[in-house]
Amino acid sequence: MPRDTLTGSRIRERRVMAGLKQSELAKRAEISPSYLNLIEHNRRRIGGKLLVNIAYALGVEPGSLTEGAETTLLATLREAASDVDMTEAEFVRVEEFAGRFPSWAALLADSQRKVETLQRSVETLTDRLTHDPHLATSLHEMLSTVTAIRSAASILAEPGDIEPEWQRRFNRNIYEDSARLADTSRSLVQYLEEADSEASETNAPQDELDSVFQRHGFHVPALEASKADVDAVTAELGQGLSQAARWLLHRAILRYRADAERMPLGDCADTVAVSGNDPFALAARFGCDLASAMRRLAHLPEDILPDPVGLAICDGSGVTTFRKPLPEFPLPRLGAGCALWPLYRALARPMMVHVEVMEQSARAAARHRGYAISQPTGPARPGEDVLFESHMLIVPESKRDDSEEIRHVGLTCRICPHPTCEARREPSIMVASAPRKL
Amino acid sequence: MSKQVLLIEDEPNIIEAISFILSRDGWTVKTHSNGADAVEMVKERRPDVVILDVMLPGKSGYDILRELRDDPEVEGLPVLILTARGQTKDREIAERAGCDAFMTKPFSNADVLETVRALAAK
Repeated sequence: MPRDTLTGSRIRERRVMAGLKQSELAKRAEISPSYLNLIEHNRRRIGGKLLVNIAYALGVEPGSLTEGAETTLLATLREAASDVDMTEAEFVRVEEFAGRFPSWAALLADSQRKVETLQRSVETLTDRLTHDPHLATSLHEMLSTVTAIRSAASILAEPGDIEPEWQRRFNRNIYEDSARLADTSRSLVQYLEEADSEASETNAPQDELDSVFQRHGFHVPALEASKADVDAVTAELGQGLSQAARWLLHRAILRYRADAERMPLGDCADTVAVSGNDPFALAARFGCDLASAMRRLAHLPEDILPDPVGLAICDGSGVTTFRKPLPEFPLPRLGAGCALWPLYRALARPMMVHVEVMEQSARAAARHRGYAISQPTGPARPGEDVLFESHMLIVPESKRDDSEEIRHVGLTCRICPHPTCEARREPSIMVASAPRKL
Repeated sequence: MSKQVLLIEDEPNIIEAISFILSRDGWTVKTHSNGADAVEMVKERRPDVVILDVMLPGKSGYDILRELRDDPEVEGLPVLILTARGQTKDREIAERAGCDAFMTKPFSNADVLETVRALAAK
């Protein structure tokens, strides 16, 4: 967007372009150079006869001094040109360029603005620690407090007699400092979480798609009606999304719609009322494949289900293409999850159903049953390999039944404390040192 | 007469801990918590060693150090810099400003004691 500059700046620009000195222009316009200087710095209003005089002296239309768009465009183009090594002969033809190819010129100027904006945000992010006063202050505060605690604690811990009065004093200091440390770290975490959610606003298309379902819920009543308008729903839910995200959304909605047609809501409710969150029962009832039944369960209204269910879908490369996390079974936003999940195991044995009771290591309290199957994404054709994608339905499981084997899985390696996991692909930040055994 | 340390730091509990360990080792410890008049304080007290925090109200520890180094009266005084920022860059700034020792928070009491003894023996 070209910003609106002020008349004075335009006069100055035109004067410099014409190679005139301030005093020369002032003389021609019959004003004092200091007054012109004030005008050029937008510190005096200008209009009427004086504006016409100055325009005449500059040999330009008075209108071009009061309308900013063109000058702004030229200024931006010059800025863009000054970033590269452009010859003088070419440089001075900027007006000709803008005049003959106005749309190309506008495009170039727009790109220049975007580049500047991006450069600024890159700089801000890179120097966040030094430029972000809140972060720097919090960290400094934390380190100071830790230092005080450490000093006082080691005085108490070291051998040697310390008078009771001093002992009490250092004990009190440690107590106070630890309370302060707790406060600072809490506020720091809160701050980082807020900053993180800001950053996610402009993330990958898959992220945008996820946030649509997070915002509107996974059940979309408009897609359950007998004559649903897929395009209208895509348009409504996809407001403000990038083009790529809208494409993903459209694909997800088409799929939803196809599932809903095969498995109407009323019949689903009847089946669920009898069999609960059982994808096999749903698949048998409608004579459809297991993956479709899993998706249908994930999109049913939560009030007809015994428990809300989660769903993860990944393609043959392991990249998550659909993500419905549960409060106690989160799914990573970026990258793949734990390689031990049946979701990924299923990829190695297509069409075989993997059912496993899982506990996520970091959340030992919650237990979930995972149903996973890897199915072809399209019909079989003679002489052609099919592509597979894997679905995993996640159903909360009570802790009472201990007869089944429980698989201990993680979320992602970075935050998984499991010390000797064979599936580890990254060291954890939760354990002091990475396992030596490779 | 025991040797004197001037501790310029604004965190009261750090002051208390460092004062305690140095006093127990036989040092006379004076403390000061404001950056703005720290240089005058050094010149008035004439300590054997200065422990100087970087983040001080009023004036940064680096600026104080530079002023001390530019002042013929106290230019040779041993200074130990304390900071919560331990990047190479920060260490370089401290060294260019002319510190004799550099310590990042959180430090251990033993290190502080050892460094102060070493600086005083120079």
